[in-house]
Amino acid sequence: MINTEELLPEVREVERIIVRFAGDSGDGMQLTGDRFTSASALFGNDLATLPEFPAEIRAPAGTLAGVSAFQVHISDHDITTPGDAPNVLVTMNPAAMMAELPRLESGGTIIVNTDAFNERNLAKAGYRSNPLEDGSLDGYAVITAPMTDLTKQVCKDLGVKPRDAERSKNFFALGLVSWLFSRPTDPSLHWIREKFAGRDTVIAANEAAFKAGHAFGETAELSASRLAVRPARFDPGTYTNINGNTALSWGLIAASQKAGIPIFLGSYPITPASDILHELAKHKNFGVRTLQAEDEIAAIGAALGASYGGHLGITTTSGPGLALKGETLGLAVSLELPLVVIDIQRGGPSTGLPTKTEAADLMMAHYGRHGEAPLPIVSANSPSDCFCAAFEAVRIALRYRTPVILLSDGYLANGTEPWRLPAANDLPDIPVDFASSANALNEDGEEVFWPYVRNDDLARPWAVPGTANLMHRIGGIEKEDGTGNISYDPQNHGRMVAIRDQRIRKVADSYPPTVVEGDTDADLVVVSWGSTWGAITSAVGRMRRAGDKVARVHLTNLYPLPNDLGDILRQFDKVIVPEMNLGQLSKILRAEYLVDAKSISKVEGQPFTAAELHQQFREMTQ
Amino acid sequence: MSDSAVTTKKDWTSDQEVRWCPGCGDYSILTAMQLLMPELGTRREDTVFVSGIGCAARFPYYMNTYGLHAIHGRSPAIATGLAMARRDLDVWVVGGDGDMLSIGGNHLIHALRRNVNLTILLFNNQIYGLTKGQYSPTSEVGKVTKSTPMGSLDTPFNPISVALGAEASFVARTHDMDRAHMQEVFGRAHNHRGAAIVEVYQNCNVFNDGAFAALTKKDARAEMLIPLQHGEPVRFGPQAERGVILDDGVARIVSVDDVGVDALHVHDETAEDLSVAFALSRLADDRHSPTPIGVYCAVDRLEYGGGIDAQIAAAQADRGPGDLDALLHSLPTWEVN
Ligand code: SF4
Repeated sequence: MINTEELLPEVREVERIIVRFAGDSGDGMQLTGDRFTSASALFGNDLATLPEFPAEIRAPAGTLAGVSAFQVHISDHDITTPGDAPNVLVTMNPAAMMAELPRLESGGTIIVNTDAFNERNLAKAGYRSNPLEDGSLDGYAVITAPMTDLTKQVCKDLGVKPRDAERSKNFFALGLVSWLFSRPTDPSLHWIREKFAGRDTVIAANEAAFKAGHAFGETAELSASRLAVRPARFDPGTYTNINGNTALSWGLIAASQKAGIPIFLGSYPITPASDILHELAKHKNFGVRTLQAEDEIAAIGAALGASYGGHLGITTTSGPGLALKGETLGLAVSLELPLVVIDIQRGGPSTGLPTKTEAADLMMAHYGRHGEAPLPIVSANSPSDCFCAAFEAVRIALRYRTPVILLSDGYLANGTEPWRLPAANDLPDIPVDFASSANALNEDGEEVFWPYVRNDDLARPWAVPGTANLMHRIGGIEKEDGTGNISYDPQNHGRMVAIRDQRIRKVADSYPPTVVEGDTDADLVVVSWGSTWGAITSAVGRMRRAGDKVARVHLTNLYPLPNDLGDILRQFDKVIVPEMNLGQLSKILRAEYLVDAKSISKVEGQPFTAAELHQQFREMTQ
Repeated sequence: MSDSAVTTKKDWTSDQEVRWCPGCGDYSILTAMQLLMPELGTRREDTVFVSGIGCAARFPYYMNTYGLHAIHGRSPAIATGLAMARRDLDVWVVGGDGDMLSIGGNHLIHALRRNVNLTILLFNNQIYGLTKGQYSPTSEVGKVTKSTPMGSLDTPFNPISVALGAEASFVARTHDMDRAHMQEVFGRAHNHRGAAIVEVYQNCNVFNDGAFAALTKKDARAEMLIPLQHGEPVRFGPQAERGVILDDGVARIVSVDDVGVDALHVHDETAEDLSVAFALSRLADDRHSPTPIGVYCAVDRLEYGGGIDAQIAAAQADRGPGDLDALLHSLPTWEVN
């Protein structure tokens, strides 16, 4: 780790910096942002990231539709969001400038690839005149570099063709930004060599571009803008920088190991959930089976079939896919088998905003099945928390033999943060008991196996094929309580509906007490779920530092709700619920507890910022 | 209860009352299956019947094995997960023409092309029974039903052609009037490694009575059914006087006297090129012309679950069994003291 005293004297130290990299989707901005993040993580900064890319794989080059951006917030202290307004904006072309400039803080720094600001690109972006020349950037600190040309020049001697050299210009930007923020260079150079191993010209071109960018910063008298962010103070431990989908995948593997049964993942590719399929497919040595199914329905069907066979059945999807899985979820509710259904929420309805975040599937998770078909719902609150949420979803599914829906979202899926790694040994075991013997007496007094006899949790036995003497037939038709035989008896149906309701409500008995953070004597409590956790944490912190009292409750288990939640909410005069939907949790809280829960909504494909929440909280307390 | 490998029909019969209409062809298929099971020497607890929705889909309730009566059309998908996870099991899938070729068509073709280790029985009665008599994807053009009062317009599927087009590795046809033939074909399908599909012509005496009578009545069979026998020239007729030739890739019925035995097509069910099997499946384009029955193809190719297991074994040989701590440390890490 670098000692900050070794930093050059002209470096100004700041607590935190928000950098936004923006360019055409072909410009490699995600890669550049990701590399800058990794270098910062290794340097010991706390950080949070937010990648944003267009839905099209290759939107027309140079257009606003094709702008791809990556925001990283690095800090010397605990942070929970990718930040509000960026301090620094890297723009690789006019479209990126047009799309992203409104976000930049006033007086912020802009780093520009001047080579891209030609007439054609300016027109494509909708500029009538060149913003670099017409004074519209007055008031910002503008750093210009002919990145494309300089990259081509240094590559020429390496025998790289100009067209290929042009592709390395994002490494020029990375080198320049690394210099400006005093990032160590070795990790990036090392990474280039590993990533492009075997493609020597590519390595040479990228390295040369990176070094040229770094040198450009050093020699072009940019020292006035040079900033450093000290390493953050973290609890001792081993850290890694993790995104939500990877953490979620690892949580599933951890849970499968702790339960001692293998994962079966049925999945159909869908943004932003596909990376879980990719990640799990890599880990076959854990006995993971993955099936890229023919459709969303087959994906959940196969997972349910595997669960019936005693495996840990999982399916991953996003909103449109969850809609398709509804019928099979109903079957899983009726069969009372473990199943984990993961919904990485995105903007909807329909195709909506596939690459943007939203959290508007809560009602679908609650009620998106015909009949009375309750099932537990778990949510994740940060990228690393996806690990814990996955573990919790598996725990509930296996103990209570029920399908569980786990809600994450696009922001958590792709966003990253440092995560203190748990030790495998410290994770709790998840007991799994398969039925092995008869559990009832028939009319003739013979020992028999009945599939719908229940334990104290009201869970039925998990009797898997291959077990002698437990042969039984089950299905989606209503079953007689106990025997599991087909039953059309009205009273029996009423009883089974009540049991299914009651048994899922019992899941709440296994939760720890709900935590109320902040000022428990405040008038105002903020209640939340999912990825709003980070922005609310920051906003609540700002309130309390300013002397405004506020309490907050963040929910992981969204169904059944915690047993103590009603009493907690009734202690406060005001209950507000910020959500990336039109107030779905607030509706549920009002219905469940008769409290006047007020909603704060944002449904724009982007997470809340701490600043906008702080503002709204203040208005609500005044 | 005993689970020994020596069993009788009674051991395979569940205690549930059979609820098909009296006279339904499903009864004889059930009997054939309950008689076959003791012969296969498999264990009841290792046997699972999975079904979707429809009359045929009630089948699992009547077998004293594990049974999963799922939802409409999805049985091939659900069974795929089960068979991939549990290669030690004998997984059977049972459904009708609406279940498997209409709402579940997509799942059926993908289970077949993947070659998942399933034995699929498609009871084709060319009608919707459980919903009381609408036309099905195998009904003939012009079928007058409650939903098609002026006659249906859609060209029907030929289930054998569909299965061959979906790259199935085992495809066969039998009918509900010939128990011995059903048992033989079901047994062959069961012993095939990978996905096996058997189309069973099944009479729905309530909504489509006699649909296959022109082919399957005792006195019509010799004339109308063309038995496919591996390694044998394809011949039929009371005196085996008729046969099948391949004429520029198209199968045609000829008189043996006209062409001579040597000109007849010799059936090769192991042919990896399915185009000849396909040509045979196109011989009859209605229920009134001679139709091949028996095994169209039985090709050995990679069984899906076995392929997955081999990949798991290779990953474990290469990287060792999964180590959770190593996984958690697999991205770049840093220490904070
Ligand atoms: S409706 Fe037809 S297929 Fe269904 S049980 Fe009755 S006879 Fe059999």
